[in-house]
Amino acid sequence: MDLLGFTIILVKVLVVFAATMLGVLVMIYAERRVSAFMQDRVGPNRVGPKGVLQPIADGIKFLMKEDLVPEKVDKPIFILAPAILLIPALMTFAVIPFGSSINLFGREIALQVADVNVGVLYILALTSISVYGIVLAGWSSNNKYSLLGGLRSSAQLISYELAMGLAVVSIILLAGSLRLNDIITDQQGSFFSWNIFRQPLAFLIFLIAVYAETNRLPFDLSEAEQELVGGYHTEYSSMKFAMFFMAEYANMITAAALTVTLFFGGWDVPLLDEGSLGLFGTLLSVLSFLLKMAFFLFLFIWVRWTFPRFRYDQLMRLGWKVMLPLALFNIFLTAGYLTLKALG
Amino acid sequence: MSLSLLFYCVAAITIGSAVFVVLNRNAVYSAIALVLCFFSLAVIYLLLEAYVIAVLEIFIYAGAIMVLFLFVIMLLNLGKEDALPNLNYLQRATSLLLVLLFFVGIFIVMIGDQGLLHQPTEQFLAGGIYPLGEALFSKYLLPFEIASLLLLVALIGTVYLAKRKV
Repeated sequence: MDLLGFTIILVKVLVVFAATMLGVLVMIYAERRVSAFMQDRVGPNRVGPKGVLQPIADGIKFLMKEDLVPEKVDKPIFILAPAILLIPALMTFAVIPFGSSINLFGREIALQVADVNVGVLYILALTSISVYGIVLAGWSSNNKYSLLGGLRSSAQLISYELAMGLAVVSIILLAGSLRLNDIITDQQGSFFSWNIFRQPLAFLIFLIAVYAETNRLPFDLSEAEQELVGGYHTEYSSMKFAMFFMAEYANMITAAALTVTLFFGGWDVPLLDEGSLGLFGTLLSVLSFLLKMAFFLFLFIWVRWTFPRFRYDQLMRLGWKVMLPLALFNIFLTAGYLTLKALG
Repeated sequence: MSLSLLFYCVAAITIGSAVFVVLNRNAVYSAIALVLCFFSLAVIYLLLEAYVIAVLEIFIYAGAIMVLFLFVIMLLNLGKEDALPNLNYLQRATSLLLVLLFFVGIFIVMIGDQGLLHQPTEQFLAGGIYPLGEALFSKYLLPFEIASLLLLVALIGTVYLAKRKV
């Protein structure tokens, strides 16, 4: 690989990393302001205009706090756990295309860090890894509440990952490829070629599973502050505690990006050929991607303050007895449709 | 050249973590080492340009099966170092014998018929998912179906055992 190509990849990695971190900051602010709005409060409005600098103040506060490691914890794993959670959360975005291609230095640059031909599988694999952070944090804390939180989280992951994977399978069947770019190309054209209109059932299952995967309400049973104090992060303080939160928001950002890519045409602007507009078209595609993502990030907060938490047995029943059969049924329908179409 | 260096590093990590799994007496640490082992195996698959297998290795083994393992270990609270019973001499001798047999088997295969070690064909080297799916549902259909039957039997057995206890 030549030097220019290497530089381009490095820049792309830095841009995506910085954008994710910025997204985390924006989400912390948005979560507090939107939740305040929904509860008829004002929310943080003192630091900077309208309180926009609040996340930075929070960050400085986290850094200044004493980093406490309780006496009877399993020290190596206790320290490692937040990193195990955060690293996959930051790695996942690498395969998601966030815009159409751009022409610079006489070569075409795809707005995506790595174009992997098993992109969907890569994302599913990494999201399934992040649960180790929660499970190990819960176990190493040597605290019953934390352990319960960790156990709940691993059981939850097993119940929801299957339904989520099967919902994605029907999308893969339609696109005929695991590459995220092919899935986006498959959805281009008119407004109704987006997968949400072609696969509404898969979308519903995927959306519910995403909330379980990111440990957000109504499925945040591993934290459940009313019953488990703070669940897996009860014993954590300072930057380690902050890392759990950064991971949660980074996961939400990736989940929103993945939902947009799989069901809402990715960076596609309906009824428009981005390639013919040059740089303007590229900017438009990035903007459309960001807007769609912003909606789903808002939905995360909206849902949080709308639905009560599921009880544990309800969550299991929903996962195994409702979502899994529905996802299988959906695959059956999709495969049947494709077979009939192939027969003519 | 740098790729072969990477291979030796990863191979060392794989073997090291595998040895750690066996020698460590803390079950949770063993489980984590096994996850590390799966990851470095996945890197070796990547070096062989078998991308699908690499990702599936992480997705299924590290992501799903080991999570269940960890779940069970934590539920039984096997983390304490003295929780594992000491094996008696007969058990030790048997396990040693079996390990030796296994390695002798590998050795015989390696020096004997080279054809037994399947070299990937051109088609497989593309690393795509199509040749894998095609092979699974045509050439290897019978083993595939038998494997699924085996899993079904295990599932029914588990349900039966769990029902009897309640």
